[in-house]
This record gives sequence, structure tokens and C-alpha cells, in this order.
Amino acid sequence: MKKKLISISLASIFIIIFFVFYKGLKNTNIYTPDVKINYDIPVFSANLFYLNEEVNSANIFKKDKFYLVNIWSSWCVPCRDEHPILMELKKNSNITVIGINYKDNKKNAQNFLNQLGNPYKKIIVDQKGTLSIEWGAFGVPETFVIYNKKIIKKYIGPLNEESLIEIEKII
Amino acid sequence: MIYSVTGHYSLILGLCVGLALVYFSIRNFRNSNQLDTKILAFSFLQLFFVLVSFISLIISFIISDFSNETVFNNSHTTKPLFYKISGTWGNHEGSLLLWLLVLTIFIFIFILRTNNQPIKYKILTVGFQQVIIIGFFLFLIQTSNPFNYLFPVPDEGLGLNPILQDPALAIHPPILYLGYVGSSIIFSSALAATTLKIVSTSWAIHIKKWVLISWIFLTLGILLGSIWAYYELGWGGFWFWDPVENVSLMPWLALTTLLHCILVLERKEILTSWVIILSIATFTLSMCGTFLVRSGILNSVHTFANDPERGLFILIFLFVLIFLSLFIFFFFHQTNKNNSYNFFWLSKETSILVNNWFMMYFLSVVLIGTVYPIFLDVISSQKISVGPPFYHKLIAPFLIPFLFAMAIGPSLKWIRSDLKDKIYLISLLIISILISFFIVKNFNKNVLINTILISSALYLFYITLRDFFNKKYKNFAQNTAHFGFSLLILSILFNNLFSSEIITNLRVGETYDNSKTKIVFESINQKKEKNYKSIVANFNIINSKGINNNLSPELRIYNQPNITTSEADIKTTLMKDKFIVINLVQNQDYFNVRYQVKPFMLWIWLSVILISFGGLMSFFKKRI
Amino acid sequence: MMKILKFTLLIYFIFSLNFLYASSEDKRNKITKNLRCLVCQGQSVYDSDSEFANSMKILVEKKLDEGLSEKQIYKYMQIKFGDWILYDPGLSKNTYILWLLPLLIFLFGGAIIYKKLIKKN
Repeated sequence: MKKKLISISLASIFIIIFFVFYKGLKNTNIYTPDVKINYDIPVFSANLFYLNEEVNSANIFKKDKFYLVNIWSSWCVPCRDEHPILMELKKNSNITVIGINYKDNKKNAQNFLNQLGNPYKKIIVDQKGTLSIEWGAFGVPETFVIYNKKIIKKYIGPLNEESLIEIEKII
Repeated sequence: MIYSVTGHYSLILGLCVGLALVYFSIRNFRNSNQLDTKILAFSFLQLFFVLVSFISLIISFIISDFSNETVFNNSHTTKPLFYKISGTWGNHEGSLLLWLLVLTIFIFIFILRTNNQPIKYKILTVGFQQVIIIGFFLFLIQTSNPFNYLFPVPDEGLGLNPILQDPALAIHPPILYLGYVGSSIIFSSALAATTLKIVSTSWAIHIKKWVLISWIFLTLGILLGSIWAYYELGWGGFWFWDPVENVSLMPWLALTTLLHCILVLERKEILTSWVIILSIATFTLSMCGTFLVRSGILNSVHTFANDPERGLFILIFLFVLIFLSLFIFFFFHQTNKNNSYNFFWLSKETSILVNNWFMMYFLSVVLIGTVYPIFLDVISSQKISVGPPFYHKLIAPFLIPFLFAMAIGPSLKWIRSDLKDKIYLISLLIISILISFFIVKNFNKNVLINTILISSALYLFYITLRDFFNKKYKNFAQNTAHFGFSLLILSILFNNLFSSEIITNLRVGETYDNSKTKIVFESINQKKEKNYKSIVANFNIINSKGINNNLSPELRIYNQPNITTSEADIKTTLMKDKFIVINLVQNQDYFNVRYQVKPFMLWIWLSVILISFGGLMSFFKKRI
Repeated sequence: MMKILKFTLLIYFIFSLNFLYASSEDKRNKITKNLRCLVCQGQSVYDSDSEFANSMKILVEKKLDEGLSEKQIYKYMQIKFGDWILYDPGLSKNTYILWLLPLLIFLFGGAIIYKKLIKKN
């Protein structure tokens, strides 16, 4: 009869909803944006940290070479933690480490580098934070591995031993 | 320490009493000449145990007993006393204890004050309510014990989030729960009434008081939440369609619809299925909301500490209740065949049906908007956001016919009506349209939809205002509530249209000047309070008419936990609020300053109070 | 009846001429209200004062100056950060059900009421 049909279909719908919620519980809800790889790097021009002159991205990134782009700040605590890894990578001749100084005060940034060492071949200044967003970052620290002017790997958060090994393998 | 032990064992005893109550209820049901006095006594005993447990927790908070894990996680010795106490229910475990308190209080009062209903009905209601209560006892004791013991005993607690240290937020949960959890009685009694097949006018008259109480508190609870968000969170908004907000709105929508159906069922034996389903739905939505908010499945500004194990428990509990209700409804309920006459299109019955139709639509919009991202994520691992634009686009257009129906509906007669004084109504309508057109024309934002929206709200406004003078006292309560609603919509619309904002960066001593407003950043004071350091910025704001206003927003740097909050300074007057907030900018010596002028804010709060007042009047109304 | 119809059409026509160019401030506000602040828990970029939000506001302003339309800016953000950053879940194959289900429910409800009304008439 009609009543039975409605009750059975309602019951089935609720059972399905139950299982969806059950599975939903297991999924994390912390969102990490899809790590878009094989995308072109953004084209930009920005000021350099030391020389205070404007430079174009075309001049920084050459084809057939590996680059590591690291977004950092003196006020960012995890950046300190990952700094030794960056110093390690500086020694590696297969990759060039480029820094983007995010929303920082020049003096503090300079002190930071004096204290912990400078792993960066070039440092780009991103005073307003807009350049980092164009790279697809939303916080510090974030790191990108570049090859052939394309982003081939992205790390959100500080680098650690594992990521160091991964990067060394790639290059 | 002793308080923790007392509290913990009280809970266990309360659970045992619950089981005993189920036993006695079953026994009494079979032999129901008279209500077993043991049932009343045991209900009181259960309430007593929960109360003891609750008070033990409060005392533990007051004395900062950090051997109690809940106190450790949520309190701090430097917190002011008032917030130590309100911290009791500002956390997951404590708030569940509050749930239990309200559940047990309500069933006790129910047994005490229900006099002209069948004995079996009272027993069965107690039975169903105990299912809920026992479920919560188990949930509490098993997964969310407020009395977990910590050893070694820490010296200091982890402190409460300073955003939660606010008077409005302190009383928001108790009031909200009286509404939210109060709907449990409606749930239990509706199931009882369905099983005994006594859903009728006399039952409706009896249950109406409970529906009103629950509804009034829920309305006020939501209001308090919005007021808190507006005054405390510093963004100048009061509703963000955030999942936790939606979760309180959904039961409210179901409960309001239920209220209307009960008001009909009071007089005529129709809409019984609606009443039963809505009674079930209201509490189910409350439980569903609890699930969504506490299980960690949703991402929101106000989620509690989350734990999937708890989520699983509530999920299973929720669906047990759903399947139980479905079974009872389909098995026991029979629609009254001889009473299913057909409604004439222009009649009060139809207008109530139309009301139900629209309300269920609004409910489905909020429900789907809130849970769809979960479904999408589970089924196809894609994450999307459903925010204010979705709700506005789907709700605003439908508000227009809804407001019209609200204006015309109450004046229709039962069974059949013909619209008298049509000319008068239509001319009021045209006046509304013209007025709104002239208002909106100067502000150029979405002219068409805003004009029509304002027209329909104004129309309702006029009609209800006129009815105040015409109808004397017959429908005073209903009229007040509907009038309040029209005022609410108008206030929100005008607020939306006429708000303005200036965002700028200023150093101390600097001035911002556009042709209409001058903001002078005069000075800074630094203060040290009990649990925070504060930076107070003094501003002088001069508007185009030359009127000065002094506003002093504050930045508070708390020690435990170590966060900085921004306290807005708001000057509230009858017609508008002036709202200013400052923020630190990383690594710079200037502040980010946000100044807003928000018209009619006070009217938004007042209109909701007016709506609740209408409910209160209905509660005290004597039947002729 | 015809008079009312003509009157309504006239008003509509007047309104449609009223499309003044919204100031860039308004546009920026509209766009940032629709973007989710990724480092906050449930706030729009417009409402938030976090570092990320402030940078986003500047970026949106910059893109508007470059001449991008509202839709293009949304697309740009979607590519960089995924669908989650938009508060308005536009109409895409993922969201057909989201938008249509409430409307279907509305029509369904209306049909039931209609049936109830015309049964005897």
C-alpha cells in the first residue's frame, strides 16, 4: 500500500544518510588546497631584498634548471625550524634556493638571516603578500620545487627530513 | 576532588534511576488506574542527581580544581568569577550536563503539571523521554565525562578562549538549551500521543504551552547568539550562515511551523500528521545539530573540541531516535478519514498550509546548504563551500510571496473567505511599492529585488499595524509576532542597504578625511587587567553634519591562552550604530582601522524581542 | 489586469536602465565577501583581518585595476586554491543537486497543496 511504500523508501533514504555521515566522520575537514602541480609559475616582477632593484621572473628562472622557492618571514616560528634544511639544500649544486620574504620588516629579516644563515641565492621582497598568493600560498612557510618554469612539487608548512630526502631524489 | 567524585557518582546514580523509571513506567502502563507516585518521585530523584552533578562541576570551576580534566582544559585561576562559573557550560562536557539538566527539569515539570490527560499518555511520555535521557547519560559517562581525573594535578589551567568571556555568551547556552532541549518534551509527548492515537484538539491545547515555552526560549537564544556575535566578534555582522548558526535556525523553523499547526489543531481536527511529523522533526533537528557541531564533521567558527568517537555515538543515537519515530508514526498513526475535507483556496486552512509549504522550503534550503558539502566530500572527495550568497539567493525571492501570505492569511476566515475591502488592500500595496521604490532608487543596489522585498515587508507592516487598531484584543499575540517579523525584515533590509564602511591604516595622530567623514586617531592608552593587557585607541569621528563622536576600540592581549582579540567600540543609538574596530598589522607601526555606520541595528534586536513577546502573550492568553 | 501588467513592465524597464557602474570599492567588497579566508575558521576575506585576508584584499584590488571582471577573479582564485575558496557555490556539475533540490522540494510541496485544493472543485 502507499503507506508501506513511503515508509520503506524513507527508511532507506535515512539508512543511506547514516552511512554518508558515518563515512564523513572519518574524513578530515582540515582543508589543504589541491596541490596543483605541473602548473606554470606566475610571471611577476618584484624588488630584490639586497639590491633593492626590480627584477623580472623571466630573469630569475631559467629553463632546464631546478629551483626551490621558499616563502618565509622573520616572525614565522616554523621557518626557524626548517632553516637547517634550507642550509643543506644551499650546498646542493643541482638546485638554486630562492627566497620570498613575506610581509616582513627589513631589519628583522636581516637579523633573522644574520642569526641563522642565508641559504638564498636571491631574495624577493613581498611586502604586501600578494606575490605569495599568486604562487598559491596562503601562509608561511610554504615551499615550491620548480623545474622548467613549472611547479613540480609544493610543500605546505615547514620542511623536514623527509621532504629533504624527497627533494634530493627529484634533483 | 571530592566534588569530582560526587559529580561522577551522581551521574551514575542518575542513570540507574533512569533505568528504574523505565521499569516502573512499563509496569504502570499495564496497570494504569493511577499514576504510580514512584514515577514522580523517581523523576525528582533523577533531577536531583543531575543537579548535584551540575553544581559539583560549578564548584570545581569556582575553586579551580585542576585535578578535574574539564576544569583544567577550560579554566584559569585568573579568570573572573563570573566567567569561571559560566565556563562550566562553555565547554563540551559541561554543556552536555546542561542538556541533561534541562531534560530532567522539563520531564519533572511535565509530570507535575499535566492534569487532564490520560494516565497512559503521561507514562508513555516519561518512557520516551527516558530513552533520550538514558542516551545522554551513557554519552556523558562513556565519552564525555566532565569528571575525569588528572594526575599529577597541574598548577594552572589552559584557560578559556577570551572570546567566550562575554556576558551575552554566558547566558546564551542556558537560554538556547531551554528552547532546543525543551523540544524533547514535545518529541516524547507527540510519540506518546501518536501511539495512543490521541492526537486531537484537547491534546493540542495541552501541548501548546510546551511548544510556546520552547519556541520563546529558542527565539531568544538565537537572538543572544547574534547579539554576542555582533558585539564581540568585531566584524559588524550578526548572521553568517555558519553551520552552528544554521543548526540553531533549523529547529526554530520547524518549531515555528509546528506552533502554527498547533494553533490550528487547537480548534479543528486537521493537520494532525503535520503536527506529529513537525514535533519529531524539531527535536531530531536539535539532535542532528548537536551531531554536526560536536563531531568535528563540519568546519566552523564556533565548533567545540571535536572527537569522532563522540560523533559516532551521537550519530547512532540520532538515528535510533529517527527510526523509532518513523516506526511509531507509520505503525500507529492514522489520518482521520472523515475529516479530510478539501480546503477552499481562499481560507485560513489553506493559508496555514501555504505557511507550512514555505517554511519547509526555507528549512530545506538551510539543511541542504549545511550538509551538502559533507555529502559531496564523502561521495566525490571534493570540497566546496556553501556560504551566504547561496542562502540569500534561494531565500530572498521566496520571502516576497511569503510576506504577502503573512499579511493576508490571518484575516481570512475558516473554511471559506471572500476578500472584503479589496480596494483598500490593493491601494496599501501600491503605496508600499512606491515608497520602497523611492527609498531604494537613491542607493542603486539590486534595485528590483530590494524594492519588491521592502514593499512586501512594508505591506505586512501596514496590515499588522492596522490590525492593532481594528481587531481589539482578539488576535493581539499573533499580530504582535507578525508585526515584529515585518519589522525584523525591514530592519535587516535597511541595514543592508544603508550601511557604510571606511577601512584605512592610521598611525597615532593621523587623520583620515573623505568628504563625508573625518576620523582622527587621537591617542593610545595601555592598561593591565587581571588576565590581559590592553591597548585602547581613542578616536574622534566627525561626520558631515559636524557631529562629534568619541570611540575607543581596544586590543586585548591575553596571557592564557596566548591570543590577541579586538574589542569593537560600538555607539548604539535608536536609528543607527557607529561601529569601530582596530587591528594590529604585522610588523608595522600603524593600525588597521575599520569604521562602520550601521542603521537600524537596535531595531533588529527589538523586533526579535517583539516576536518573542507575541509568543509570551499567547502563553498567558485565556481561552474564551 | 492589463493595466497592472503594463505598469509592472514599465517599472521593470526603468529599473533596468538604472544600472550605474558600481564603484570599484563596492566591487572589491562584493568579491571579498565571496572569498573564504583560508587561514580563519569560517570568515570571509572581507570580514577577516588576518594577514592572508589583507593580502587578498590588495590582490583583488590589483586584479580589478588590471581590468579583470568579477567572474575572472573568481576563476583565478579557484584555479589557485580550489572550489573551497568561493562562498557562492556556482552552478557546476558538482552543485546541480545543491541548487535544484530545494527548488524541487518547493515544487513538490506546491503540487501536493494544489492536489488537495482541486480535488473536489
